Amino acid sequence: MRKLIAIAFLLILGFFMLKIVSVFPFGEERWGVSRHYVDKGIEENRASNLVTSIVVNYRGFDTLGEVTVLFLAATALAFLLATCKCRKKYERIEASLILKTASDILYPLLILFGAYIFIHGHLTPGGGFQGGTVIASAVMLMLLSRFTFHPNHRALSTIEGLAGIIFVLIGFAGFIWGGSFLANNILPLGHWNRLFSAGVIPLIYIAIGFKVGAELSGLITDMYKVTKEEE
Amino acid sequence: MILEYFMIFLLVLMLILAVYVVETKDLLAAVIASGFISLVASIVYLYLQAPDVAMTEAAIGAGLTTLIFIIAIRKTERYEK
Repeated sequence: MRKLIAIAFLLILGFFMLKIVSVFPFGEERWGVSRHYVDKGIEENRASNLVTSIVVNYRGFDTLGEVTVLFLAATALAFLLATCKCRKKYERIEASLILKTASDILYPLLILFGAYIFIHGHLTPGGGFQGGTVIASAVMLMLLSRFTFHPNHRALSTIEGLAGIIFVLIGFAGFIWGGSFLANNILPLGHWNRLFSAGVIPLIYIAIGFKVGAELSGLITDMYKVTKEEE
Repeated sequence: MILEYFMIFLLVLMLILAVYVVETKDLLAAVIASGFISLVASIVYLYLQAPDVAMTEAAIGAGLTTLIFIIAIRKTERYEK
């Protein structure tokens, strides 16, 4: 009976999905606002990566919400892990020589690559979220390969908080001097395709990069810490 | 044209892997397969000229999520009852 209901539900869902897809043809232009972004995006923001220009400037408020959601998720996970008593003991096996050597070489490179991605967010694909995730995966690699690697949790949460505050402060600076929240006319825009261009967009993406990197690193460390107390 | 057939192959592969993820009792295999789905999805995004989304999918979907699930499995049970 339950399976029948599930199948019926899926069929109804699939039918409506098909309807939606047939009403909105793939890749067709429907909204005038996208045409404005494509035509005027570079002129208005001077960011060569149009996606960054949309994510951080035109839809900057949504990005602030996104960062807040991530913060909330990390906080909820830390809370759950702190109260959870359902732990299972297991033996930690020493990492192999290959993993240890490789992670020693890769760790600084991954941090550098993550920083590169979010500093060049307005020039090349990627940005704060991607760069932060790459940094978190570097921390993850070290946690897997070294017993002695303990990221400083207090420092991570301080960085996270400061980066979030900087994002909001840049937004308010736009509100005071630029006319609207996250307005991009408080700094000189510069020439497009240069590192120092696009006004506040690189600053915001650097803040997001620090915030996401610190947040996800802290989250992974939290998940590891559950067993460290057992040992 | 050959690239389009390759994309169709990748999409079908994603569907098969998704069914496998739901059906298998070995959770570790399911996690690896779902990471692989993310990897294939990032290739598809790259073909659709969305490198930003492809990077996010590869870094978060294939990398971080898989590893977090593996930590969770190590601390709980590997096989579904």
